[in-house]
Amino acid sequence: MTRKQKRLAIIGGGMSFILAAALLVMFAFGQSIAYFYMPADLAKTSVPPETRIRLGGLVEKGSVARGEGSTVSFAVTDNENTVKVTYTGILPDLFREGQGVVTEGKFIAGSDVFVADSVLAKHDENYMPKEVADRLKEQGVWEGQEQTQ
Amino acid sequence: MSVELGHYALVLALATAIVLSILPIWGAWRGDRPLMELATSGSLALFGLVAFAFAVLTQAHLASDFSVKNVWENSHSLVPFIFKFSGVWGNHEGSMLLWLLILVFFSALVAIFGRNLPDTLRANVLAVQAWVATAFTLFILLTSNPFARLNPAPPEGQDLNPVLQDVGLAIHPPLLYLGYVGFSVCFSFAIAALMEGRIDAAWARWVRPWTLAAWTFLTAGIAMGSYWAYYELGWGGWWFWDPVENASFMPWLAGTALLHSAIVMEKREALKIWTILLAILTFSLSLLGTFLVRSGVLTSVHAFATDPSRGIFILCILVLFIGGALALFAFRAPQLNSGGLFAPISREGALVLNNLILTVSTATVLIGTLYPLLLESLTGEKISVGPPFFNMTFGLLMIPLLLAVPFGPLLAWKRGDLLGALQRLYVAAGLAFFVALVFYYVENGGPVMAVLGLAAGLFLVFGAVSDLWFRAGIGKQAMGVAWRRLVGLPRSAFGTALAHMGLGITVLGIVAVTTFETEHVVEMKPGMTAEAGGYTLAFDGMRSAVGPNYTEDRGHFTVSRGGATVADVWSSKRLYTARRMPTTEAGILTFGLSQLYVSLGDPMADGGIVVRIWWKPYILCIWGGALVMMFGGFVSLSDRRLRVGAPSRRAKPVKAALEAGE
Repeated sequence: MTRKQKRLAIIGGGMSFILAAALLVMFAFGQSIAYFYMPADLAKTSVPPETRIRLGGLVEKGSVARGEGSTVSFAVTDNENTVKVTYTGILPDLFREGQGVVTEGKFIAGSDVFVADSVLAKHDENYMPKEVADRLKEQGVWEGQEQTQ
Repeated sequence: MSVELGHYALVLALATAIVLSILPIWGAWRGDRPLMELATSGSLALFGLVAFAFAVLTQAHLASDFSVKNVWENSHSLVPFIFKFSGVWGNHEGSMLLWLLILVFFSALVAIFGRNLPDTLRANVLAVQAWVATAFTLFILLTSNPFARLNPAPPEGQDLNPVLQDVGLAIHPPLLYLGYVGFSVCFSFAIAALMEGRIDAAWARWVRPWTLAAWTFLTAGIAMGSYWAYYELGWGGWWFWDPVENASFMPWLAGTALLHSAIVMEKREALKIWTILLAILTFSLSLLGTFLVRSGVLTSVHAFATDPSRGIFILCILVLFIGGALALFAFRAPQLNSGGLFAPISREGALVLNNLILTVSTATVLIGTLYPLLLESLTGEKISVGPPFFNMTFGLLMIPLLLAVPFGPLLAWKRGDLLGALQRLYVAAGLAFFVALVFYYVENGGPVMAVLGLAAGLFLVFGAVSDLWFRAGIGKQAMGVAWRRLVGLPRSAFGTALAHMGLGITVLGIVAVTTFETEHVVEMKPGMTAEAGGYTLAFDGMRSAVGPNYTEDRGHFTVSRGGATVADVWSSKRLYTARRMPTTEAGILTFGLSQLYVSLGDPMADGGIVVRIWWKPYILCIWGGALVMMFGGFVSLSDRRLRVGAPSRRAKPVKAALEAGE
């Protein structure tokens, strides 16, 4: 091979790898991004069933009920609208009624109960999921203290 | 000791850093020796000042001096001694001070071990290090002063975040920073080289040990962080593709690429411009990581506090350094003479492939990490990019790299023989595939694709062994000769083999645990049993206990196999009294390389408790592989070729000849 051909081979190979990676990234974004919704959003727009989303808000007081085995049902509210959620598994340590929570999962066709496969409540006792805190502040129902220490 | 002295030392450090930022460069430009020499002594003085400030803060924490705001916020008189100590960096201000301490520590190391560097290069490198030090000292003094006082002093502290009350905090951040910040030396070398406009193979030889050291520590730091999250959080996961994890993983990927491209530059004087760019990018990713973690744009256990002014300050540092460095690069790079060409199939070609895949996969991780932040700041829309994205992109892109790794060391420089390499590797490949099949059959379960994953991991391990095997000529030479050749191989050859082998072991662990792992969530009452991984766990009941600064409910489990009791384990839920914060302390039992992981959930109304039990087969391979990689890094670092300041090889024979002559 001449110098030119060698250079072309290397550049061509590199470019096609980068192109493949870019296509892969776009495909993966289409497949695996979860949009964030609050209950009030779900009253306005409907999310097609089987679409992965994140649902955040406050755990409604008095809504937590334990079912069979480790299945738990509770309601997520933003004081405008409320969505029922079921979850099977162990809830995080900081999951409490009246506290902020973010759940990830999907709606099953023909039902308005959100089936979550993960429930997040992170590591700090005055932690409020950022998405939830921002929205609650916008809506003026924020009750927690600022997180600055 | 009064903390004001620490504050004062830090102000002096700022002044020193500013002087160091300017005068040595001026000296290097003018050819003024005393000014250049200032860089060496100044860097040592800077290290002394920051170390003193750090010692003062440590003393305040150890003495539980609650008149210091930082101590009051993050400590408690009842916290055990070790956590009082590690609590120094278990908060925003302290961890930034540790960051700075390690930065100036590396400057001091360059000053000490860089005696044989050209005077101008050493002066410039230390000056660039001082720029970074200036920026971060200013940041600490203006936005994150750890020495602020409270008046009146509160009688008791607010306690350290319970999740951080673990030996992990004593080990993980210092190791991680030694890696993360260690790349600053590569950055400074790159900037200094661009300023001088001269880069050659010697430059690569000087930079390599620093890259290698930083990479080795970062490997250890990431592995340690992963293991800590695994046992402390009680979720049984060891990697979450959390933005904070990605923040440390991206410099590691770029650093790995840098490590490899610097070899090409050192041996063949090729890829010069690319290596310089990688050195800049690697430390830029470290800075980006610092920004992501410390600015509060992300909420995580690492983001101790969210104060917008800090975020903006770090963003300014980020823009200044990355923008400045890239601008200098764009301005200077065209003037650098580029190196020689080589055939696509050659050692250089293999290393270019390594660089291509590593940088592209770094880019995908970067996109996945930053896209949600960008989208939110541009449109206000909130999305999350989770593990499926990274598994799909990063996971797929890594496959060709894993398969190519064993070929690299077997190819010759300039013009390699792919067929020859194939012939040398088919035994390793066949063996890997066979062992993977046996493995899969014995473990019995999981998707068939897993065989390929296991085989890829084993191929890396066997490939690394074959490399040493063929280099020593085992089988071709007489035993004695082969042994002497093996022992005589340069340490860096062993380092390479170990690092590649470690990667294989980690891959093996990842594939094995994702394929063969079992998880049970069961409601248990005392006397009930559950099965996992061939073991039977009997729940004996709960008991309350009191620790130094927490109370806990502990569940006791007796583990038996085939009717015989083999072990027992406690798993508990703790409540840290000062912060009223609950944590889960998982019970973990190790059997060989596998682990049984028991984590408690909520108590039920009828007296039972939800228990989550995982069987994690071969999970220790994940971190064991990282340890092997780290060991490989140290072995490579001890290679005399890389010892800056080591006497050249010629010295010895001459001396021997002289002795013989006498």
